[in-house]
This record gives sequence, C-alpha cells and structure tokens, in this order.
Amino acid sequence: MDALGSNAKRLELSQVKQTLKKEQRRLQQRRFLSNTLMLTGNIIIVLITAFALVGPYLVSYDPYEMDPVKRLQPPGAEHLLGTDNFGRDLLTRIVYGARVSIGVGFSVALISAAAGMVIGLYSGYYRALDQVLMRICDGLMAIPGILLAIALVAALGPMTENVIIALGIVFIPYVARIVRSATLVVREETYIEAMKAQGASATRIIWMHIAPNTLSPLVVQATFIFADAIITEAALSFLGAGVPTPDPSWGNILYDGKLVIFKAWWMTVFPGILIILTVMGLNFAGDGIRDMVDPHSSLSFKRKKKK
Amino acid sequence: MNLYLVKRILALIPVLFVVSVVIFLIIHITPGDPASVILGESATAQDVEALRQQLGLDLPMYQQYMNWILDVLRGDLGESYFMKESVSEAIFSHLQPTLSLAILAQIIALLIAIPLGITAALRRGTAADQTVMGFSLLGMAIPSFLLALFLILLVGVKLQWLPVAGYKPLEAGLWTHLKYLILPAVSLGAIQSALITRMTRSSMLEVLNMNYMKAARSKGVKDRQLIYKHALRNAFLPILTVIGQTFGGLVTGAVVTETIFNIPGIGQLIINSVERRDYEVIQGVVLFVTCAYVFINLIVDILYGVIDPRVRLERK
Repeated sequence: MDALGSNAKRLELSQVKQTLKKEQRRLQQRRFLSNTLMLTGNIIIVLITAFALVGPYLVSYDPYEMDPVKRLQPPGAEHLLGTDNFGRDLLTRIVYGARVSIGVGFSVALISAAAGMVIGLYSGYYRALDQVLMRICDGLMAIPGILLAIALVAALGPMTENVIIALGIVFIPYVARIVRSATLVVREETYIEAMKAQGASATRIIWMHIAPNTLSPLVVQATFIFADAIITEAALSFLGAGVPTPDPSWGNILYDGKLVIFKAWWMTVFPGILIILTVMGLNFAGDGIRDMVDPHSSLSFKRKKKK
Repeated sequence: MNLYLVKRILALIPVLFVVSVVIFLIIHITPGDPASVILGESATAQDVEALRQQLGLDLPMYQQYMNWILDVLRGDLGESYFMKESVSEAIFSHLQPTLSLAILAQIIALLIAIPLGITAALRRGTAADQTVMGFSLLGMAIPSFLLALFLILLVGVKLQWLPVAGYKPLEAGLWTHLKYLILPAVSLGAIQSALITRMTRSSMLEVLNMNYMKAARSKGVKDRQLIYKHALRNAFLPILTVIGQTFGGLVTGAVVTETIFNIPGIGQLIINSVERRDYEVIQGVVLFVTCAYVFINLIVDILYGVIDPRVRLERK
C-alpha cells in the first residue's frame, strides 16, 4: 500500500515537473520572440556572419589584385561598390575584410572571456588573490583602451595576431570584474557551504558550482566586448596601427578611403555602414540577452511596456 | 569629508603603481633592442652597446624601472630621441589643441544630452522618448571617427561650410579657433552624448517617481522649478559619474579624431611616435593621459559631496 502510494506520488510529481518544464520553455520562447530588439540583433548578426563566410565564394575578383587603369571607379555594373585607389574591387575587399574584422572581434571576445573568467572566479573565491588581481585590473582599466592597444601593438609589432592579443589584454579586466562580482554573490550561498561541509575541493566548487552561475553575465559582457573590439580594431587599423596593409579589414579600407575622401565617397560610406550595422546588431543582442537572463530587467521591461 | 578625501587619494596609489608598471613593461617587451632600432641597421655593435649603456638598458629590469619611475616622479618623462626635446615639453606643446577639442566636445555632448534626456524622461513612452532612445542606440553603435568621416563627406565636401582639416590656436581669434574645431568636436561630442542621454533619462525617471517630488508638486512648486531644482539636481550624481567616465572615451576619440582633422594634439603626437617607434614618447603620453583620466575621476568624486550633502554627511 505504502509503496504504491509513494509510487503514485512520484508519478504525479514527475508529471508536474514535466508541465512546469513545458511552461518554462514556452515562457522563454515567448520572451525571446517578444524581445524584438534581440531578434533584430540576431538577424543582423546572422546576415553579416553569412556575408563574411559565404561572400568570398560569390565575388569574382581578387582582394589583392591591383588594376591602375580602373582606379576609383564609382559604384556601377562592373564593380558593384566601385573600386579603391589601387583599382581593387571594393565589394571584394569589404567581403574579405568582414572575415578579418569579425574574426578579430570574435577572437578578442573569446580570449578575454576565457581569461577574464578564470581571473574573476579565482579572485572572487580567494580573498587574498582578490586584492592583487583586482588592483591590476583597476590599473589596466585606468589606461584608456585605445592608448593601451596602440602601445601594445607598437611594442609587439603590427600583425593581426598581435592586434588580437593587445585587444584581448585591454578587455580582460572588464570580464574579470563582472565574473568576480557574480562569484562574490554565489560563494555566500548555502549550497556552497554545504559542498564545503561535504569536503568538496575548491576546484570542484569553483568550476562545477560557481562557474555555471556566472555564465549569463559573462555572455552578455562578451557580446558587448565583441562589438567594442570591432570598433577598436577599426580605429587602430584606421590609424595605421592595426591590421597591416595590404590585408583587407574594414578599418584598413577606411584608412585608404580617407586619403581619397574628396574623390571616392564609396570607400568611406560602405565599410562605415557595415561597421555600424554589425556593432548595432551585437549591442541589441547583448541588451536582449541581458533582459532575458536577468529577471529584474525583464520585469522592468514589461512594466515599461504597460505604462 | 577630509578623511574620505585622504582615503580616496591613498587608494589611487596602487592604481597608479600598476599603471606605471604596465606601461613600463609594455615598452620593454618590445622584440628587438630599442638601441639598435634607434640607430638603424647600419650601426656597429659598439655604437649599439654604447647607446644601451647611455639609455641604461644594460641594467636589470627592476633597476631600470626604479630609475624611470624616480625620474617620472620628479616630472622628468625622458628625452625623445627623434624630436630632440624632452617628452614633457613635447606633451605640453601638443596639449592645447587636445584640451580645446575635449572641452568643446564635452560642452556639445552636454548641450545635446541633458535636454534630450530630460525630455525623454518627462515624456516617457511617447514618440519623442522613442526617437531620443533610438538616436542614442544609433550613437552607441557609431564610432566617433566614422561620424567624423561622414561629417567631412557631408559638410566639407558637399556643403563646404567649414574647414575639414587643420588647426588655428586661440591666439588667432576665438572664431577662427572654433571654426576649425567645430566638426571634430561635434563628431566627438555627439557620440559621447548617446551614453549621457541614456543616463540622464534613467536617472531622471528614478527621481521623478520619488515621494518628495509628489510632495513638492502638491505644495505648488512650478513645473520648471520642479524639474531643474528638485529633479535634475538629485538626478545629477549618476550623470556626473558618466561624464567623468566618458572623459576616457573623449581622449580615445580625440586620438583618432585629431589624425582625421590634422589637429596637432596629443593624439597626433602618439601616432607619429608609433610610426617612428619613439618609445619614450609613447610611454610618456600614455602615462600622462592615464593620470589625467584618473584625476578627473577623483575630482568628479569630490564634486559628489559638493552637489549632494547626503554623500558628504554619510562619509563623515
């Protein structure tokens, strides 16, 4: 009798769990769709990524091939977006440049997220380490990002890899800060205390129980860093201190375009619009993810709509 | 207040220490020997060795750092090997244009941001609010150097209203001075204003819902006074923080904007130094700008107490 009763209860419980899970999923889907900003952002990101991945197979010119006869041709049938000051097809340069610019941005986001996560977790968990690591972060954050990046690239040498390393270093503290403050909250939770009482090792607690709880702020921050890294790379390359020529990057194209800005508006306008679109897409996505994962901001989001 | 001030200033010491170590290390991780870079490829090994000794590059790293930082604390940022003048002289001769540009840009940013932010907050949810917020989203996605390029295309090339390059010092007359700075300052300030607008709006919204606002309104305080004296003053603290923080962005933007408009400021100094691999100057400029940024934020913190007596009392 008793066993039967508990079995029935268990069945009931699992049913309730199932319906709850379903409801939760439905709620998440609705939240995702009602979040138009995030939807727009994601669509922009998907389109631009596709542009960067597939584009090179669709264009028929070589991004490095110069043709002095066809210098600075305005947009037309032969060259859809015109040609640059070396007679290279601008659309081709922009398509290949998308790979470089987005590639740099993504790598920087990945590097700073990974390193920032480790630093943030350990300095949040070990108070002694915190003092040292956070002072270093404070110091790094006090140096204006682009100056730090310029100095690093100047010291390491003008190579795309070095631009990624330099920007990675610039953005690590911004991740570390966020992960650290999330860690500080989680480490005070009762379940962490319970884990400790059971004798779990620090590594296990940090990586199995604290790290997953810092993921959502981390992802939001990494998205914004992705956008910032694209802007900063463009600025560095535009200054001639970033991705070396003749490799195409959006910043490099703008650098060439500045020299002929009075003759060839298309060299400035097209890569410029792409940078703005990409950054906007990433910002929207970041805002959207934040609204989705943070119950406070999504509540305020709804309240705002009602008013 | 004084105790707070002392604490706040003491807290700067580790930050500035880290900054100085980082900047020192960056320059010293340079692949290749600075001495041979300076002398070029034709130099003999003897010459390089002599210069290494002259520059103190043969000393151990910590010794080099100590020598450098002691000089810096005395106000000596070293000599530029290429310009044949001291780094501090080079910085000060390039300071005025950057300062003019930054101040003008900040004024423009505030002139755009504060009225727009207040309007958006007062008309929350209306078309006006959405338009303002839309522009601010756009502003946050546009780097200032792109806006600068677009403005050159529009105003300089198509309309030809304003000069698109060059710089005239203040001595040439206020209007001439400003005329050359308008485009760069607008491109910097407009972008800066995006963030400040958002901050003003959300900070105003918070204050507008406070009970003391209702009390003031029911007491019969006039709208204008209500907004500017009761709401804005209370909403100003977070706005002030953002203004302090955007100074970093302003300097960053100025570096790029100066090279676009050919303004002989700090930005151009550092870019030219990168091209020449003039490490002493790069090191000096980054250190100088960072210190300026840190101190501006210190001043902002002190201003808190002036604007908001509650902060002053709390800190006692």
